[in-house]
Amino acid sequence: MTDMTESHTVAFPQNRTCPYHPPTAYDPLRDARPLARITLYDGRPVWLVTGHALARTLLADPRLSSDRTRPGFPAPNARFAAVRNRKTALLGVDDPEHRVQRRMMVPSFTLRRAAELRPEIQRIVDERLDTMIARGAPAELVSAFALPVPSMVICALLGVPYADHDFFEEQSRRLLRGPTAADTMDARDRLEEYFAELIDRKQKQPEPGDGVLDELVHQQLRDGELDHEELIALAVILLVAGHETTANMISLGTYTLLQHPDRLAELRADPALLPDAVEELMRMLSIADGMLRVAVEDIETDGGTILAGDGVVFSTSVINRDEAVYPDPDALDWHRPTRHHVAFGFGIHQCLGQNLARAEMEIALRTLFDRLPNLRLAVPAEEIPFKPGDTIQGMLELPVTW
Amino acid sequence: MQNETRETRHMHIDIDHDLCVGAGQCALAAPSVFTQDDDGYSALLPGREDGGGDPMVREAARACPVSAITVSETGS
Repeated sequence: MTDMTESHTVAFPQNRTCPYHPPTAYDPLRDARPLARITLYDGRPVWLVTGHALARTLLADPRLSSDRTRPGFPAPNARFAAVRNRKTALLGVDDPEHRVQRRMMVPSFTLRRAAELRPEIQRIVDERLDTMIARGAPAELVSAFALPVPSMVICALLGVPYADHDFFEEQSRRLLRGPTAADTMDARDRLEEYFAELIDRKQKQPEPGDGVLDELVHQQLRDGELDHEELIALAVILLVAGHETTANMISLGTYTLLQHPDRLAELRADPALLPDAVEELMRMLSIADGMLRVAVEDIETDGGTILAGDGVVFSTSVINRDEAVYPDPDALDWHRPTRHHVAFGFGIHQCLGQNLARAEMEIALRTLFDRLPNLRLAVPAEEIPFKPGDTIQGMLELPVTW
Repeated sequence: MQNETRETRHMHIDIDHDLCVGAGQCALAAPSVFTQDDDGYSALLPGREDGGGDPMVREAARACPVSAITVSETGS
């Protein structure tokens, strides 16, 4: 269906102007709630969900499919289009297949499990900061801290040797940011080969290790709950989603707090505010900006009728700044009721690792600002490069001193 | 006063385990009432089946990404 908004269709995605605000080019979309029309890179018009209430309704609606191999599934860039027919576990499958995969993973990502991992996360954070501080200021915070911390945590949880981190961090980068579609396809191949070998080694081990992958290899694979190909697809998604996203929240969260010195001072004075601060940073930064679905049936909404086959994109950065839910939405304010944002998604695909991610963000940010009370940017803010709009948002580099 | 209020308000909490995806949002919002069982799925803490007067129970239901929790008030 068409509506009036089509006359001023905005191209999606676009680069942010400030790394912690939605692109200013999305301003017209913020006035077009709850549903707008956008144009993707290939010129295709699709729906963009912009209203908070409608986003929660539609993300939980089984008439919207996450199966990217379906005809009409929207692609935000050529890299995504190039790999859309590859098997993508969890976030790329619908129920009932999704439910089987999620059920296997849930016990490893509960609140209790995240709480049990806190001492290990703290140990990793302390060790990375010791190393960074020993080398002396200035430091590049993404490579010295923001990326290695979640990378080491997910390795320990999954049972992936951290010694291989240069390899998989590079392939994750190419998978998500290319630059070309060929890079993305090649990175996917290499990650699959890597996990095929790792799984093979784990199968031959007489005593299983204590990682999530060890458990999957020795139970689910043996019991026939998973086949080899599915296990590899699961491993790729857990590793990539498990470190890239959190790394971006740590780097961009640090940058945002440094740009809000009054807020940072308040947080340092009262660490009990930290869980709310992390939640507000999740809302404000909305680093995974552009969740994708295709309609498998017609859906009537209060913003228009979505037809079967229509592409639907959810802009978390626009949704999480809906004035109807968050007054003064552009302000960083953890005293507001900041929950119910959709930065972790909503519906059956809501982030599996969110409890672990919250623990990592809390420990990383608290310890960083505790250990380095004079932490500040080492170069003017406007010189610091951040990620382009068509991938997970975050800082490319973060030069800091103390 | 508070105890009295707690005793007179009876909540019925229903968790649909066929919907639950184990996100843990209920246990995060209202940890005095909800927990995750060994499989990671939502469960009510023993003795808290009536919500224990916790005002966060409704917040927990709203936080659930798959609307697996329904709360009804039955009066005393």
